[in-house]
Amino acid sequence: MPFEMIVIGASWGGLRALEAVLGSVPRHFETPIVIAQHRATQSATGALPHTLAHHSGHDVCEPGDKDPIEAGRVYVAPADYHLLVDPEGFALSTEGAVRFSRPSIDVLFDSAADVYAERLAAVILTGANDDGAYGITRVRRRGGLTVAQDPAGAERPEMPLAAIATGAVQHVLPLEEIGPFLVKTVGSERTAA
Amino acid sequence: MAIEDLARASDDLERIEVQLLLEAIYQHYGFDFRGYALGSLKRRLWRRAIGEKVETLSALQDRVLHDPTVMERLLLDLSINVTAMFRDPTFFQAFRERVVPALRTYPFVRIWNAGCSTGEETYSLAIVLKEEGLYERTRIYATDINDRVLERAREGRFPLEKMREFTDNYIRAGGQESFSTYYTAHGDTATFSPELRSQVVFAQHNLVSDAPFNEFNVIVCRNVMIYFGKTLQDRVHELFYDSLDSLGILALGHKESIRFTRYEDRYEPLDVQEKLYRKMY
Repeated sequence: MPFEMIVIGASWGGLRALEAVLGSVPRHFETPIVIAQHRATQSATGALPHTLAHHSGHDVCEPGDKDPIEAGRVYVAPADYHLLVDPEGFALSTEGAVRFSRPSIDVLFDSAADVYAERLAAVILTGANDDGAYGITRVRRRGGLTVAQDPAGAERPEMPLAAIATGAVQHVLPLEEIGPFLVKTVGSERTAA
Repeated sequence: MAIEDLARASDDLERIEVQLLLEAIYQHYGFDFRGYALGSLKRRLWRRAIGEKVETLSALQDRVLHDPTVMERLLLDLSINVTAMFRDPTFFQAFRERVVPALRTYPFVRIWNAGCSTGEETYSLAIVLKEEGLYERTRIYATDINDRVLERAREGRFPLEKMREFTDNYIRAGGQESFSTYYTAHGDTATFSPELRSQVVFAQHNLVSDAPFNEFNVIVCRNVMIYFGKTLQDRVHELFYDSLDSLGILALGHKESIRFTRYEDRYEPLDVQEKLYRKMY
Protein backbone atom coordinates (compact mmCIF):
# COMPACT_ATOMS: atom_id res chain seq x y z
CA MET A 1 0.00 0.00 0.00
CA PRO A 2 1.44 3.41 -0.85
CA PHE A 3 1.56 6.09 1.81
CA GLU A 4 -0.86 8.92 1.18
CA MET A 5 0.23 11.37 3.87
CA ILE A 6 2.90 12.18 6.44
CA VAL A 7 1.72 14.05 9.55
CA ILE A 8 4.22 15.76 11.84
CA GLY A 9 3.61 17.19 15.33
CA ALA A 10 6.00 19.69 16.86
CA SER A 11 6.00 22.14 19.75
CA TRP A 12 8.81 23.87 21.69
CA GLY A 13 11.89 23.96 19.43
CA GLY A 14 9.79 22.77 16.52
CA LEU A 15 10.84 25.33 13.97
CA ARG A 16 14.47 24.23 13.93
CA ALA A 17 13.49 20.54 13.97
CA LEU A 18 11.01 21.02 11.13
CA GLU A 19 13.62 22.82 9.07
CA ALA A 20 15.98 19.87 9.61
CA VAL A 21 13.38 17.27 8.59
CA LEU A 22 12.02 19.17 5.59
CA GLY A 23 15.53 20.11 4.53
CA SER A 24 16.43 16.45 4.06
CA VAL A 25 13.29 15.63 2.07
CA PRO A 26 13.64 16.45 -1.63
CA ARG A 27 11.53 19.25 -3.10
CA HIS A 28 8.37 18.02 -4.77
CA PHE A 29 8.47 14.84 -2.68
CA GLU A 30 5.18 13.36 -3.73
CA THR A 31 3.56 12.40 -0.41
CA PRO A 32 1.88 15.46 1.13
CA ILE A 33 3.31 16.48 4.52
CA VAL A 34 0.93 18.02 7.06
CA ILE A 35 2.32 19.76 10.15
CA ALA A 36 0.76 20.80 13.46
CA GLN A 37 3.23 23.14 15.17
CA HIS A 38 2.12 24.75 18.45
CA ARG A 39 2.34 28.51 18.28
CA ALA A 40 0.89 31.71 19.68
CA THR A 41 -2.77 32.46 18.98
CA GLN A 42 -1.88 35.77 17.39
CA SER A 43 0.83 34.47 15.06
CA ALA A 44 0.54 36.27 11.76
CA THR A 45 -1.07 34.32 8.94
CA GLY A 46 1.61 33.00 6.65
CA ALA A 47 4.64 33.72 8.84
CA LEU A 48 5.45 30.11 9.73
CA PRO A 49 4.89 28.66 6.24
CA HIS A 50 6.99 31.49 4.82
CA THR A 51 9.89 30.72 7.14
CA LEU A 52 9.68 26.98 6.49
CA ALA A 53 9.48 27.49 2.73
CA HIS A 54 12.44 29.84 2.82
CA HIS A 55 14.65 27.42 4.75
CA SER A 56 13.62 24.15 3.12
CA GLY A 57 12.79 25.12 -0.46
CA HIS A 58 9.45 23.33 -0.20
CA ASP A 59 6.11 24.68 -1.30
CA VAL A 60 4.60 25.37 2.16
CA CYS A 61 1.14 26.82 2.84
CA GLU A 62 -1.62 27.08 5.44
CA PRO A 63 -4.63 25.24 4.04
CA GLY A 64 -8.02 26.89 3.79
CA ASP A 65 -11.21 25.12 4.78
CA LYS A 66 -12.12 22.24 2.39
CA ASP A 67 -8.96 22.77 0.34
CA PRO A 68 -8.03 19.63 -1.58
CA ILE A 69 -4.93 17.76 -0.36
CA GLU A 70 -2.38 17.89 -3.16
CA ALA A 71 0.71 15.78 -3.83
CA GLY A 72 4.10 17.45 -3.52
CA ARG A 73 3.05 20.05 -0.97
CA VAL A 74 3.73 20.82 2.68
CA TYR A 75 0.84 22.12 4.78
CA VAL A 76 0.96 23.85 8.17
CA ALA A 77 -2.04 24.15 10.52
CA PRO A 78 -3.07 27.82 10.81
CA ALA A 79 -2.69 29.53 14.20
CA ASP A 80 -5.73 29.28 16.51
CA TYR A 81 -7.52 26.59 14.48
CA HIS A 82 -7.52 22.82 14.70
CA LEU A 83 -6.62 21.27 11.37
CA LEU A 84 -8.42 18.04 10.48
CA VAL A 85 -8.26 15.68 7.54
CA ASP A 86 -11.67 14.76 6.14
CA PRO A 87 -12.53 12.43 3.26
CA GLU A 88 -13.21 15.53 1.13
CA GLY A 89 -10.06 17.47 2.01
CA PHE A 90 -8.85 19.65 4.86
CA ALA A 91 -11.27 20.90 7.48
CA LEU A 92 -10.74 23.51 10.17
CA SER A 93 -12.34 23.81 13.57
CA THR A 94 -12.50 26.31 16.42
CA GLU A 95 -13.69 23.84 19.03
CA GLY A 96 -11.86 24.36 22.31
CA ALA A 97 -8.17 23.79 22.83
CA VAL A 98 -7.26 20.13 23.35
CA ARG A 99 -4.56 19.69 25.97
CA PHE A 100 -4.16 23.47 25.97
CA SER A 101 -3.38 23.47 22.27
CA ARG A 102 -5.06 24.79 19.15
CA PRO A 103 -3.88 23.53 16.71
CA SER A 104 -3.79 20.17 18.48
CA ILE A 105 -1.48 17.42 17.25
CA ASP A 106 -3.89 14.79 18.63
CA VAL A 107 -6.78 16.20 16.58
CA LEU A 108 -4.75 16.22 13.35
CA PHE A 109 -3.32 12.72 13.86
CA ASP A 110 -6.67 11.23 14.92
CA SER A 111 -8.56 12.59 11.92
CA ALA A 112 -5.79 11.62 9.46
CA ALA A 113 -5.62 8.09 10.93
CA ASP A 114 -9.37 7.78 10.38
CA VAL A 115 -9.09 8.63 6.71
CA TYR A 116 -5.77 6.98 5.75
CA ALA A 117 -5.24 4.10 8.26
CA GLU A 118 -2.12 2.14 7.21
CA ARG A 119 -1.38 4.63 4.44
CA LEU A 120 -0.37 7.25 7.02
CA ALA A 121 3.05 7.97 8.55
CA ALA A 122 3.20 10.05 11.75
CA VAL A 123 6.17 11.80 13.37
CA ILE A 124 6.48 13.39 16.81
CA LEU A 125 9.24 15.97 17.19
CA THR A 126 10.52 18.10 20.06
CA GLY A 127 8.09 19.60 22.59
CA ALA A 128 7.51 20.31 26.28
CA ASN A 129 4.07 18.69 26.69
CA ASP A 130 2.29 15.43 25.83
CA ASP A 131 0.21 16.48 22.83
CA GLY A 132 0.44 13.83 20.12
CA ALA A 133 0.74 10.88 22.52
CA TYR A 134 -2.93 9.99 22.06
CA GLY A 135 -2.79 10.77 18.34
CA ILE A 136 0.14 8.48 17.69
CA THR A 137 -1.61 5.57 19.39
CA ARG A 138 -4.57 6.14 17.05
CA VAL A 139 -2.24 6.13 14.03
CA ARG A 140 -0.62 2.89 15.19
CA ARG A 141 -3.95 1.19 16.00
CA ARG A 142 -5.08 1.93 12.46
CA GLY A 143 -1.90 0.33 11.11
CA GLY A 144 0.06 3.50 10.29
CA LEU A 145 3.83 4.01 10.52
CA THR A 146 4.98 5.81 13.68
CA VAL A 147 8.20 7.72 14.37
CA ALA A 148 9.47 9.86 17.26
CA GLN A 149 12.51 12.08 17.51
CA ASP A 150 15.13 10.65 19.89
CA PRO A 151 14.40 12.54 23.15
CA ALA A 152 18.12 12.57 23.98
CA GLY A 153 18.86 15.00 21.18
CA ALA A 154 15.56 16.92 21.24
CA GLU A 155 15.46 20.57 22.28
CA ARG A 156 12.67 19.52 24.67
CA PRO A 157 12.30 15.76 25.32
CA GLU A 158 8.84 15.66 26.98
CA MET A 159 6.71 15.31 23.88
CA PRO A 160 8.65 12.48 22.20
CA LEU A 161 9.01 10.80 25.63
CA ALA A 162 5.24 10.89 26.14
CA ALA A 163 4.68 9.43 22.66
CA ILE A 164 7.26 6.67 23.22
CA ALA A 165 5.75 5.86 26.63
CA THR A 166 2.48 4.84 24.94
CA GLY A 167 4.29 1.93 23.25
CA ALA A 168 2.90 3.02 19.89
CA VAL A 169 6.13 4.41 18.42
CA GLN A 170 7.87 1.98 16.05
CA HIS A 171 10.99 4.01 15.24
CA VAL A 172 12.93 6.34 17.54
CA LEU A 173 15.41 8.28 15.43
CA PRO A 174 17.88 11.14 15.82
CA LEU A 175 16.59 14.30 14.16
CA GLU A 176 18.96 14.16 11.19
CA GLU A 177 17.86 10.61 10.31
CA ILE A 178 14.10 11.30 10.26
CA GLY A 179 13.94 12.97 6.84
CA PRO A 180 16.07 10.32 5.08
CA PHE A 181 14.09 7.55 6.83
CA LEU A 182 10.79 9.01 5.57
CA VAL A 183 12.16 9.38 2.05
CA LYS A 184 13.37 5.78 2.06
CA THR A 185 10.37 4.15 3.75
CA VAL A 186 7.47 6.23 2.53
CA GLY A 187 9.07 6.75 -0.87
CA SER A 188 10.08 3.13 -1.50
CA GLU A 189 6.69 1.75 -0.54
CA ARG A 190 5.18 4.08 -3.08
CA THR A 191 7.30 2.61 -5.87
CA ALA A 192 6.66 -0.92 -4.65
CA ALA A 193 2.90 -0.40 -4.81
CA MET B 1 -12.39 14.62 28.79
CA ALA B 2 -10.40 11.40 28.89
CA ILE B 3 -9.47 11.60 25.26
CA GLU B 4 -8.06 8.07 25.33
CA ASP B 5 -11.62 6.88 25.52
CA LEU B 6 -12.08 8.02 21.96
CA ALA B 7 -9.95 5.04 20.96
CA ARG B 8 -12.95 2.83 21.57
CA ALA B 9 -14.07 3.72 18.11
CA SER B 10 -14.05 0.69 15.89
CA ASP B 11 -13.83 2.07 12.44
CA ASP B 12 -16.20 0.63 9.88
CA LEU B 13 -18.91 -0.04 12.39
CA GLU B 14 -18.46 3.49 13.64
CA ARG B 15 -19.22 4.88 10.18
CA ILE B 16 -22.55 3.05 10.17
CA GLU B 17 -23.32 4.17 13.72
CA VAL B 18 -22.66 7.81 12.87
CA GLN B 19 -25.01 7.64 9.89
CA LEU B 20 -27.78 5.97 11.88
CA LEU B 21 -27.44 8.40 14.78
CA LEU B 22 -27.64 11.45 12.51
CA GLU B 23 -30.64 9.97 10.70
CA ALA B 24 -32.37 9.27 14.01
CA ILE B 25 -31.73 12.82 15.26
CA TYR B 26 -33.09 14.23 12.01
CA GLN B 27 -36.22 12.12 12.00
CA HIS B 28 -37.04 12.57 15.65
CA TYR B 29 -35.87 16.12 16.43
CA GLY B 30 -35.63 17.71 12.98
CA PHE B 31 -32.00 18.84 13.41
CA ASP B 32 -30.09 17.87 10.30
CA PHE B 33 -26.39 17.20 10.88
CA ARG B 34 -26.11 14.79 7.96
CA GLY B 35 -24.20 17.24 5.80
CA TYR B 36 -21.66 18.19 8.46
CA ALA B 37 -17.92 17.64 7.97
CA LEU B 38 -17.13 14.24 9.43
CA GLY B 39 -13.93 14.73 11.45
CA SER B 40 -15.03 17.37 13.94
CA LEU B 41 -18.59 15.99 14.04
CA LYS B 42 -17.28 12.60 15.19
CA ARG B 43 -15.13 14.20 17.87
CA ARG B 44 -18.15 15.96 19.28
CA LEU B 45 -20.38 12.88 19.16
CA TRP B 46 -17.75 10.93 21.08
CA ARG B 47 -17.36 13.74 23.60
CA ARG B 48 -21.11 13.43 24.32
CA ALA B 49 -20.92 9.63 24.41
CA ILE B 50 -18.18 9.83 27.04
CA GLY B 51 -20.16 12.50 28.92
CA GLU B 52 -23.18 10.18 29.00
CA LYS B 53 -20.95 7.27 30.04
CA VAL B 54 -21.90 5.10 27.08
CA GLU B 55 -19.46 2.95 25.14
CA THR B 56 -20.74 3.19 21.58
CA LEU B 57 -22.46 5.68 19.30
CA SER B 58 -25.42 3.27 19.01
CA ALA B 59 -25.79 3.46 22.78
CA LEU B 60 -25.68 7.24 22.47
CA GLN B 61 -28.44 6.98 19.87
CA ASP B 62 -30.59 5.10 22.37
CA ARG B 63 -30.01 7.81 24.99
CA VAL B 64 -30.60 10.67 22.55
CA LEU B 65 -33.87 9.21 21.24
CA HIS B 66 -35.36 8.42 24.64
CA ASP B 67 -34.16 11.39 26.66
CA PRO B 68 -34.56 14.89 25.22
CA THR B 69 -32.16 16.31 27.83
CA VAL B 70 -29.40 14.18 26.29
CA MET B 71 -30.27 15.66 22.90
CA GLU B 72 -30.05 19.13 24.45
CA ARG B 73 -26.59 18.40 25.78
CA LEU B 74 -25.50 16.98 22.43
CA LEU B 75 -26.79 20.10 20.71
CA LEU B 76 -24.63 22.18 23.04
CA ASP B 77 -21.58 20.07 22.20
CA LEU B 78 -22.32 20.55 18.52
CA SER B 79 -22.84 24.30 18.66
CA ILE B 80 -20.23 25.63 21.08
CA ASN B 81 -17.01 26.94 19.66
CA VAL B 82 -14.32 28.63 21.64
CA THR B 83 -13.80 32.10 20.30
CA ALA B 84 -12.87 35.55 21.58
CA MET B 85 -14.20 39.07 21.24
CA PHE B 86 -12.43 40.74 18.32
CA ARG B 87 -10.95 37.40 17.24
CA ASP B 88 -8.81 38.28 14.21
CA PRO B 89 -8.39 42.00 15.02
CA THR B 90 -7.48 42.77 11.40
CA PHE B 91 -10.97 41.69 10.35
CA PHE B 92 -12.61 44.24 12.62
CA GLN B 93 -10.21 46.89 11.41
CA ALA B 94 -11.21 46.07 7.82
CA PHE B 95 -14.86 46.17 8.89
CA ARG B 96 -14.33 49.73 10.14
CA GLU B 97 -12.44 50.82 7.05
CA ARG B 98 -14.30 49.04 4.27
CA VAL B 99 -17.77 48.05 5.45
CA VAL B 100 -18.73 50.98 7.69
CA PRO B 101 -18.31 53.64 4.93
CA ALA B 102 -20.67 51.65 2.70
CA LEU B 103 -23.19 51.39 5.53
CA ARG B 104 -23.19 55.14 6.15
CA THR B 105 -25.09 55.59 2.90
CA TYR B 106 -28.09 53.67 4.26
CA PRO B 107 -30.80 55.24 6.46
CA PHE B 108 -31.20 51.95 8.30
CA VAL B 109 -28.79 49.03 8.46
CA ARG B 110 -29.62 45.35 8.85
CA ILE B 111 -26.83 42.92 9.76
CA TRP B 112 -27.13 39.17 10.13
CA ASN B 113 -24.60 37.56 12.44
CA ALA B 114 -25.21 33.93 11.46
CA GLY B 115 -24.07 31.21 13.87
CA CYS B 116 -23.39 33.70 16.68
CA SER B 117 -22.88 30.97 19.32
CA THR B 118 -22.26 32.61 22.73
CA GLY B 119 -22.15 36.14 21.27
CA GLU B 120 -18.50 37.24 21.36
CA GLU B 121 -18.61 38.33 17.72
CA THR B 122 -22.02 39.99 18.06
CA TYR B 123 -20.87 42.22 20.94
CA SER B 124 -17.69 43.05 19.02
CA LEU B 125 -19.74 44.18 16.02
CA ALA B 126 -22.02 46.24 18.28
CA ILE B 127 -18.99 48.02 19.79
CA VAL B 128 -17.53 48.85 16.38
CA LEU B 129 -20.87 50.18 15.11
CA LYS B 130 -21.36 52.24 18.25
CA GLU B 131 -17.93 53.83 17.98
CA GLU B 132 -18.59 54.58 14.33
CA GLY B 133 -21.88 56.29 15.18
CA LEU B 134 -24.00 53.77 13.26
CA TYR B 135 -25.32 51.64 16.06
CA GLU B 136 -28.56 53.54 16.72
CA ARG B 137 -29.76 52.96 13.18
CA THR B 138 -28.60 49.37 12.96
CA ARG B 139 -30.37 46.16 13.80
CA ILE B 140 -28.19 43.09 14.29
CA TYR B 141 -29.95 39.77 13.90
CA ALA B 142 -27.79 37.26 15.76
CA THR B 143 -28.89 33.70 15.14
CA ASP B 144 -27.84 30.25 16.18
CA ILE B 145 -29.24 26.75 15.91
CA ASN B 146 -29.21 26.38 19.68
CA ASP B 147 -31.54 28.23 22.10
CA ARG B 148 -29.27 27.52 25.03
CA VAL B 149 -26.24 29.30 23.60
CA LEU B 150 -28.53 32.19 22.58
CA GLU B 151 -29.59 32.53 26.21
CA ARG B 152 -25.96 32.83 27.15
CA ALA B 153 -25.33 35.33 24.37
CA ARG B 154 -28.29 37.42 25.58
CA GLU B 155 -26.83 37.58 29.08
CA GLY B 156 -23.63 39.12 27.74
CA ARG B 157 -21.52 37.63 30.50
CA PHE B 158 -18.00 36.44 29.91
CA PRO B 159 -15.27 35.26 32.27
CA LEU B 160 -13.37 38.23 33.71
CA GLU B 161 -10.09 36.43 33.06
CA LYS B 162 -10.78 36.74 29.33
CA MET B 163 -10.80 40.53 29.45
CA ARG B 164 -7.06 40.89 28.99
CA GLU B 165 -7.20 38.95 25.75
CA PHE B 166 -10.37 40.74 24.59
CA THR B 167 -8.88 44.15 25.43
CA ASP B 168 -5.68 43.34 23.59
CA ASN B 169 -7.69 42.23 20.54
CA TYR B 170 -9.87 45.34 20.76
CA ILE B 171 -6.86 47.65 20.71
CA ARG B 172 -5.28 45.76 17.83
CA ALA B 173 -8.59 46.06 15.98
CA GLY B 174 -8.29 49.84 16.12
CA GLY B 175 -10.45 50.43 19.21
CA GLN B 176 -10.10 54.00 20.51
CA GLU B 177 -11.97 53.85 23.81
CA SER B 178 -11.11 52.26 27.11
CA PHE B 179 -12.46 48.72 26.65
CA SER B 180 -13.41 48.45 30.33
CA THR B 181 -16.15 51.06 29.87
CA TYR B 182 -18.15 48.40 28.00
CA TYR B 183 -18.52 46.03 30.93
CA THR B 184 -18.87 45.88 34.68
CA ALA B 185 -16.98 43.32 36.73
CA HIS B 186 -18.71 41.24 39.42
CA GLY B 187 -16.62 38.53 41.02
CA ASP B 188 -15.12 36.55 38.19
CA THR B 189 -17.64 37.72 35.59
CA ALA B 190 -17.68 40.65 33.18
CA THR B 191 -21.20 41.72 32.21
CA PHE B 192 -21.43 43.74 29.04
CA SER B 193 -23.54 46.88 28.87
CA PRO B 194 -27.22 46.22 28.00
CA GLU B 195 -26.90 49.05 25.48
CA LEU B 196 -24.75 46.72 23.36
CA ARG B 197 -27.75 44.47 22.83
CA SER B 198 -30.50 47.11 22.61
CA GLN B 199 -30.21 46.91 18.81
CA VAL B 200 -29.61 43.15 18.74
CA VAL B 201 -32.25 40.49 18.12
CA PHE B 202 -31.07 37.07 19.25
CA ALA B 203 -33.15 34.43 17.50
CA GLN B 204 -33.07 30.72 16.79
CA HIS B 205 -32.39 29.93 13.14
CA ASN B 206 -31.07 26.79 11.51
CA LEU B 207 -28.81 27.52 8.53
CA VAL B 208 -29.25 23.98 7.30
CA SER B 209 -33.02 23.88 7.05
CA ASP B 210 -34.59 27.34 7.58
CA ALA B 211 -35.53 29.79 4.84
CA PRO B 212 -34.30 33.38 4.38
CA PHE B 213 -36.08 35.61 6.90
CA ASN B 214 -35.09 39.13 5.89
CA GLU B 215 -32.95 41.15 3.51
CA PHE B 216 -29.62 42.25 4.85
CA ASN B 217 -26.93 44.80 4.06
CA VAL B 218 -24.27 42.64 5.70
CA ILE B 219 -24.02 38.97 6.62
CA VAL B 220 -21.24 38.02 9.02
CA CYS B 221 -20.74 34.25 9.18
CA ARG B 222 -17.19 33.51 10.27
CA ASN B 223 -15.91 30.04 11.13
CA VAL B 224 -19.39 28.52 11.09
CA MET B 225 -19.49 26.83 7.70
CA ILE B 226 -16.15 25.15 8.39
CA TYR B 227 -18.24 22.49 10.18
CA PHE B 228 -20.27 21.80 7.04
CA GLY B 229 -19.43 19.50 4.17
CA LYS B 230 -19.13 21.01 0.71
CA THR B 231 -22.69 20.24 -0.45
CA LEU B 232 -24.14 21.85 2.63
CA GLN B 233 -21.83 24.85 2.26
CA ASP B 234 -23.21 25.39 -1.23
CA ARG B 235 -26.76 25.39 0.11
CA VAL B 236 -25.91 27.91 2.82
CA HIS B 237 -24.23 30.13 0.22
CA GLU B 238 -27.49 30.06 -1.71
CA LEU B 239 -29.34 31.11 1.43
CA PHE B 240 -26.91 33.99 2.01
CA TYR B 241 -27.04 35.11 -1.59
CA ASP B 242 -30.84 35.19 -1.43
CA SER B 243 -30.73 37.07 1.87
CA LEU B 244 -28.39 39.87 0.78
CA ASP B 245 -29.51 43.17 -0.72
CA SER B 246 -27.86 44.16 -3.95
CA LEU B 247 -24.37 45.39 -3.04
CA GLY B 248 -24.76 43.57 0.27
CA ILE B 249 -21.56 42.38 1.94
CA LEU B 250 -20.67 38.85 2.99
CA ALA B 251 -17.95 38.33 5.64
CA LEU B 252 -16.35 34.92 6.07
CA GLY B 253 -13.54 33.61 8.31
CA HIS B 254 -9.88 34.04 7.36
CA LYS B 255 -9.57 30.44 6.18
CA GLU B 256 -12.88 30.32 4.31
CA SER B 257 -13.59 31.34 0.75
CA ILE B 258 -16.38 31.60 -1.80
CA ARG B 259 -13.99 30.23 -4.40
CA PHE B 260 -15.21 26.94 -5.82
CA THR B 261 -18.77 27.60 -4.66
CA ARG B 262 -21.57 28.15 -7.18
CA TYR B 263 -21.82 31.78 -6.08
CA GLU B 264 -18.19 32.70 -6.70
CA ASP B 265 -19.04 34.83 -9.75
CA ARG B 266 -21.87 36.70 -8.06
CA TYR B 267 -19.56 38.56 -5.69
CA GLU B 268 -16.59 40.84 -6.05
CA PRO B 269 -13.88 40.82 -3.42
CA LEU B 270 -13.93 43.88 -1.17
CA ASP B 271 -10.94 42.74 0.87
CA VAL B 272 -9.26 39.52 -0.23
CA GLN B 273 -7.23 38.98 2.94
CA GLU B 274 -10.16 39.60 5.29
CA LYS B 275 -12.64 37.59 3.20
CA LEU B 276 -15.07 40.45 2.60
CA TYR B 277 -17.17 40.05 -0.54
CA ARG B 278 -19.76 42.32 -2.17
CA LYS B 279 -22.77 40.94 -4.00
CA MET B 280 -22.74 42.26 -7.56
CA TYR B 281 -26.09 41.17 -8.99
